[in-house]
Amino acid sequence: MEYFLDEQQKMIKEIARNITEERIKPVRAELDEKEEFPREIIKEIAQADLFRVFIPEEYEGFGAKCLDACLAIEELSRGCCGVSICYAAVMLGTLPIILFGSDEMKQKYLPQIASGERLVAFGLTESGAGSDAGAMKTLAKLDGDSYIINGTKQFISNGGDAEIYSIIALTNPAKGVRGASAFVVEKDTPGFTFGKKEKKMGIRCSSTCELVYHNCKVPKENLIGKEGAGFIATLKTLDGSRPGVAAQGVGLGQGALEEAVAYARQRVQFGQAVSSFQAVQHMLADMATQVEAARLLLYACARTIDAGATNYTEDGAMAKLFATDMAMKVTTDAVQVFGGVGYTRDYPVEKMMRDAKILQIYEGTNQILRNDIISHVYKRKAMRP
Amino acid sequence: MNIVVCIKQVPSTTEVKINSETNTLVREGVESIINPFDTYAIEEGVRLKERFGGKVTILTMGPPQADIALKECIEVGADEGILVSDRAFAGSDTLATSYVLSKAIEKIGDYDLVISGKQTMDGDTGQVGPGIAQRLGIPFVAYVSRVDDISDGKMKAERMIDEGHEVVEAPVPCVMSVSKEINVPRLPSLRGKMKAKSAQLTVWSAQDLGIEDNKVGLAGSPTFVMQIFSPKRERQSEMLEGSSAEQVSALCDKLSEMKVV
Ligand SMILES: Cc1cc2nc3c(=O)[nH]c(=O)nc-3n(C[C@H](O)[C@H](O)[C@H](O)COP(=O)(O)OP(=O)(O)OC[C@H]3O[C@@H](n4cnc5c(N)ncnc54)[C@H](O)[C@@H]3O)c2cc1C
Repeated sequence: MEYFLDEQQKMIKEIARNITEERIKPVRAELDEKEEFPREIIKEIAQADLFRVFIPEEYEGFGAKCLDACLAIEELSRGCCGVSICYAAVMLGTLPIILFGSDEMKQKYLPQIASGERLVAFGLTESGAGSDAGAMKTLAKLDGDSYIINGTKQFISNGGDAEIYSIIALTNPAKGVRGASAFVVEKDTPGFTFGKKEKKMGIRCSSTCELVYHNCKVPKENLIGKEGAGFIATLKTLDGSRPGVAAQGVGLGQGALEEAVAYARQRVQFGQAVSSFQAVQHMLADMATQVEAARLLLYACARTIDAGATNYTEDGAMAKLFATDMAMKVTTDAVQVFGGVGYTRDYPVEKMMRDAKILQIYEGTNQILRNDIISHVYKRKAMRP
Repeated sequence: MNIVVCIKQVPSTTEVKINSETNTLVREGVESIINPFDTYAIEEGVRLKERFGGKVTILTMGPPQADIALKECIEVGADEGILVSDRAFAGSDTLATSYVLSKAIEKIGDYDLVISGKQTMDGDTGQVGPGIAQRLGIPFVAYVSRVDDISDGKMKAERMIDEGHEVVEAPVPCVMSVSKEINVPRLPSLRGKMKAKSAQLTVWSAQDLGIEDNKVGLAGSPTFVMQIFSPKRERQSEMLEGSSAEQVSALCDKLSEMKVV
């Protein structure tokens, strides 16, 4: 398959692959076991300029192309989705600032994010507001030159480890989602603390944490865009970051496929490598085909975005849905190809299978995405040009 | 601060073969890499530049293809690369090599620090660093494991010795070789790769350096390699069996039989 990547994209891929091989693979099992934030690897990712990839050039970035960022995420996910979510969640949290922030806000934050000096998180979900994000309760009340924020966000990736938080809160609860607004809240702001840290099934080296706001006062300039534009900002942010989750799926599927092929070729039963059995061969052939199909859907979606498309909700939803369902299936099959040892922690595929599950849940569950897709399909009467 | 880092391109370790007739390394078809010990020198140069400002120039003597190694150094933060290459240099030993490199460093001029790896993986001598210092008439500090400070014309550093660490102070300019405890070399960055792609490398010949013919190549190399061979593995082992107590007593008998206890 020829992916027609440009010079910069090839470099990004190579750099991220190098980090996966040299820094992630040797420690991923240990990071998972200890549920330890991969600080050293994040430093290496920063040093390698990968945080610059999704930042516009005017703010010390490398052009903010969707495909460029997806290539970095894909290669990191080949090694570990726990590490790659720490990276991708920074992109997620930065998108509201890139898309809707004022020039001053961008000047203030983007260069620090580009250098990797400060990490970012995105806070939308609450205990009563998951798929139904509009049911959020967190309030932001204007008080002179500040907003006073009260409420609790749940399940926030990079929570506690990030320095910059883009969060959504209601400035006008009477208006429902039309009364939601986006804010930047910096770590160490009085009234902002961290609550429960989740103990997870997979992506265990990444932190998933509650953000607790109790009369937390943030300056008025921290409002991202306009009051009441928070829900649109959320939708656009998720549209922009969902290809990143698809890229996690593609990278993870690729990683599992590589492990399965390597193992099948050296495991001998009945006097021959198990890779010579047709049942195994067909499983591997299906895995390879599915990974490739997901990759091409993702790349096509990312290129559509990079070409300047304005509405790509459906494309991103399809890419995320397909790639993450693929990752779940391919990692499950990889465990099957390994047999019993695949189920043990001596080999990486059981972790890959655990990691795959979250991809079907966050940034819009795959059920919610199917809802989105079908509404677009109906609207366009299933037609394509 | 101007830093010169001397590196060498060597054959990748996993594939070393020796031509038994000529007693030299077989280099054809073997992938070349930067001498692994030198990667710590490059990283330290870049870190010192980041700490104290200045410029890192990478210097290597080798065949024209060694330009790849120089570009790899730029990918990880070096500013410039100089390749010293001439047919006349073929067959140079460590004495001749340190002469050539010292001439190149003199031509670069205005340097504060010269850094090298502690030894190469192919030659394994560790002689080139001190040789350069001798030619340049400046101090040499071996096996540096930490640079504490460089100020007021002095470098304070810690170096590894058999018994532990030694804290030393040396006037700059000086030459130092670094041990691998000093840092963890970074991986290539996107800006580094872009810079390397368009980087113009400098190439100097023997003539450019005003080098005397009889001091380089085979003529300038008093080292004579009599024989290189792969050592035969002659170790024999015997597994003791039985309970732990039986194994221990059998082991004691063996050791006293061998008169080692
Ligand atoms: C590890 C992890 C990291 C996360 N990181 C972040 C983060 O960084 N920032 C952030 O804001 N959030 C984050 N989340 C939250 C995540 O996006 C939500 O968990 C997700 O959107 C689902 O919401 P929920 O958990 O409340 O599930 P629910 O909404 O309660 O869903 C339960 C089930 O019902 C289904 N369902 C719900 N509504 C419908 C419907 N209308 N039609 C069909 N099916 C439906 C769902 O698909 C699901 O199967 C993270 C979650 C986890 C676990």
